[in-house]
Amino acid sequence: MGAPPGTLLRARPAGATWQTPPVRAALFVPCYVDQLWPGAAMSAVRVLEAHGVEVVFPEDQTCCGQPMANAGLAAAAEPLARRFLEVFGGFDAVVCPSGSCTSMVRNHYDPFLAGAPGFDRLKARTYELCEFLVDVLGFRGAQGRFPHKVALHQSCHGLRELGLGVESESTRPKSNKVDGLLRTLGGIELVPLARADECCGFGGTFAVGEEAVSVLMGKDRIADHEQAGAEIVTGTDVSCLIHLRSLAQRDRKPLKFMHVAEVLAEALP
Amino acid sequence: MSSLPVFQGGHPEAAARFVENEPRTHWHDQSLWFVREKRDRAASLVPDWEALRDAAAGIRAHVRGRLPELLEEFERNAVARGAKVHWAADAGEHNEIVHRILAERGVTRLVKSKSMLTEECGLNPYLEARGIEVVDTDLGERIVQLRHEPPSHIIFSAIHLKREEIGELFHEKLSTPAGLSDPTKLTEAARGHLRQRFLRAQAGLTGVNFAVAETGGVVVCTNEGNADMGTSLPPVHIACMGVEKIVPSLEHLAVLIRLLARSATGQPVTSYTSHFHGPMPGGELHIVVVDNGRSRLLADPAVRGLLACIRCGACLNTCPVYRRSGGYSYGWVVPGPIGSALAAARDPASHATLPFASTLCGSCDAVCPVRIPIHDTLLGERRTLAARGLIAPGKRLGLALVGLLLRSRASYEAAGGLLRFALKWFPRFLLYGPWNVWGRRRELPAPPVESFRQTWRRTRGPLPSPAPRGKGSPGTSAGGSPRG
Repeated sequence: MGAPPGTLLRARPAGATWQTPPVRAALFVPCYVDQLWPGAAMSAVRVLEAHGVEVVFPEDQTCCGQPMANAGLAAAAEPLARRFLEVFGGFDAVVCPSGSCTSMVRNHYDPFLAGAPGFDRLKARTYELCEFLVDVLGFRGAQGRFPHKVALHQSCHGLRELGLGVESESTRPKSNKVDGLLRTLGGIELVPLARADECCGFGGTFAVGEEAVSVLMGKDRIADHEQAGAEIVTGTDVSCLIHLRSLAQRDRKPLKFMHVAEVLAEALP
Repeated sequence: MSSLPVFQGGHPEAAARFVENEPRTHWHDQSLWFVREKRDRAASLVPDWEALRDAAAGIRAHVRGRLPELLEEFERNAVARGAKVHWAADAGEHNEIVHRILAERGVTRLVKSKSMLTEECGLNPYLEARGIEVVDTDLGERIVQLRHEPPSHIIFSAIHLKREEIGELFHEKLSTPAGLSDPTKLTEAARGHLRQRFLRAQAGLTGVNFAVAETGGVVVCTNEGNADMGTSLPPVHIACMGVEKIVPSLEHLAVLIRLLARSATGQPVTSYTSHFHGPMPGGELHIVVVDNGRSRLLADPAVRGLLACIRCGACLNTCPVYRRSGGYSYGWVVPGPIGSALAAARDPASHATLPFASTLCGSCDAVCPVRIPIHDTLLGERRTLAARGLIAPGKRLGLALVGLLLRSRASYEAAGGLLRFALKWFPRFLLYGPWNVWGRRRELPAPPVESFRQTWRRTRGPLPSPAPRGKGSPGTSAGGSPRG
C-alpha cells in the first residue's frame, strides 16, 4: 500500500526555500469536515498554498459515500462514488484532509467503480494531506514552530489502509509520515502513547450501533493521551478527533484537539 | 428480518452487559493486550517475519486450490500408516462417527485435548447424552467445562475468569482449600485431578492443528502435554479435523509452525508439537475429517480466504472490540474478528450483528499470520447482509435518506445548514433526547458559524459573472493570494 511512486517526488531538506511547484490540487473536503470542522480544511488550504500549491475547491462535491458503504448499503453508496469520479476525475491531484475518506476512494471504491473510465487514475492521484506533502511535494519535515506537548492519534484507516506509517503490529522498521512532519516543528514535544495506534472506537455507525464498546474505547484512548501528558491531541482524521473531543468535553477533560493541518498551519512562519 | 435488529440484541447488547463492569472489562482488555505485546516481541525476533507471513498466505492459498487432491493424498498416506480415516459431511455425521467408534469399543470414559472443531460440532453434549463421560484435559478447557460454559477464547478458554474465581471453582469441584488462588497451586491441583482421568480413560480425542498430506501424519500443538497423555495411555486415539487443516508437506508445515505459537501466545514454539503417524503399537488411530460447511465457504470467492485460518487467536488478542466485549458476546464458537467473519459467512441471518462488531480498524489483518483480509471480509459481509435485507430498517432507511441528500449539492448544503442550525439553536432537551444515542455519553460538536464551502465562497468565491459550471469542471480556482 502507500502512495504510488510520485512522478513529482523531490527530496527537499527541511527548511529549504520553496519554489512554486507546478502543482494544482483539488481539495476534497469530507462532508463532516465541511460542516463540523471547517478549520481543518481551511488550514489544509493555507499549508498547501504556503508551499506554492494552487488549490481548487470543486463545489459540486458532497460526500464520498463512506457512511453508506461501511454500513453495507452499496446501493446508497454507489451513486456517490460515481459522482465523486465525475467531480474529481479531471484533476492531476486530489488532496484530502482525512485518511479514512482517502482510503474510501483508493481501497473501497472498486465494488462500485471497477472498470469505469478514469477510475484507476483517480485512485492513484487521490492523496491524504500528509501523504501529499511527503510523497508528492517531497517534504522531509514541516516548517515553523509549535511549542506544545502534542500526542498524535493514529487514525486506523490512514495508518493501516493508506500506510501513512508502519503499524505497531508490523515488524518493519518504524516510520510515520505524519509524525515525521510534526517532529521537525520547532518547540514541539511529541509525547509517546502507551498504545501507539489503538482505535478510538468511532468506526462510523459503530459509534451508535455499538455505543458501549465505542465509548469505552474512546475513554481509554483519552486516558492514554492524558497519562502521556498531552496538551493537544492531533491526528489526520476529524472523525476520530470529534469522537475523542465529544467524550473529553462530556467528562470535562482539559485536552485540546486539533487536526494535523491546523497544527501545521498554526506553525507556519 | 424483525428477528435481526442491528441496534438491539446480538453483539451490541451482550457487549454492553460486559462493559457495564468497567474495571473487569479493563482487566480483560489488559490481559489480552499483554499477549498482543508478547506476540509483537516474538514476531520482531524473527528477521523475516513479514516474508514468513507471505509464504504462509501462499501455502494456504495453494491448499485451498488443491484441497480435494491433498485430502485424498493425506488419506492414502494415513491409511498406509495404519490409521482409519472417516469422512463427515457435517457436525451430525461427525458426532455419530465419534460415538460409533466409542460405542463399538464399549468406551464410557473419554479424555479430550483442545479442539475447536468439536466445540463447533457440539460433541461433548452429544456424547454425554449417550452416557459417555467426557473430560476436557486442557486446563482452560477443564475450567470452563467444570463451570458448564463454552470457551470464551480459542486459545485461552478461560481468559474471562480471574484466578480467585478459578480458586472458588476448584474449591467446590476439586476440594482445594478455600481461598486458594495461587496459579501454581491451582495448576498442581488440576494436574492431580486430570492425572486420575487420564489413567482411567478408555479413549483419547484430540484436535488437529495440521494434517500433512505427504506423510499422512497429524500434528497437535499443546503447551500442557495433555494431548500426549490422552493418546499414549488409552489404546484408542480419535483425531478430529476440519478439511482445511491440510498442508502439502513437512516443509510447508515448518512455515506455519514458526508462525503459530508466536502469533498465538508469543512463545517461539508450543511446548509440545506432536506428530502422530499411524496408531501406536496395539492401538487404533481414527482420523475424522469434517466438512461442516467448509466446502460452501470454499465455493464463495468473497469468503473463501477465511479457510486459511490456523486458529492462532492473534486477531482476538489485538481486537479492541473483542478485548472489551469478551468471547461470549459473539454468540458463536469462534469469537473475535475471525469468528465474526466465519459465523456471518456460514449463516448471515443468524449472526447479522457480527460483521458490525468491528470498527474496521484493520489490526486483525496486521497480526494475521496467514494474511487473511479479515476486516475487508467483514465489510463485504455487511454488503451481503444489506443485499439480503438483514440490516435493521431504521438504520437502512436513515442512511438511504442521507445518501439521497448527498446526491445533489443543493440538498447537501441545505441539510448541512439545517444540521448546524439545529446544533446551534435547538434546546438541549431536544438535541439530547433518548433518540440521540451518540449524546448519551458524548457531547455533540459545537457547530461552526460557516461551513468550509461558505467561507471559501465568501473569501474567494467565483467572479460575479458566473460561468456555467457543470459536473467535472475544475471548480473554483484559488486564484487569489494565499490567506496564510
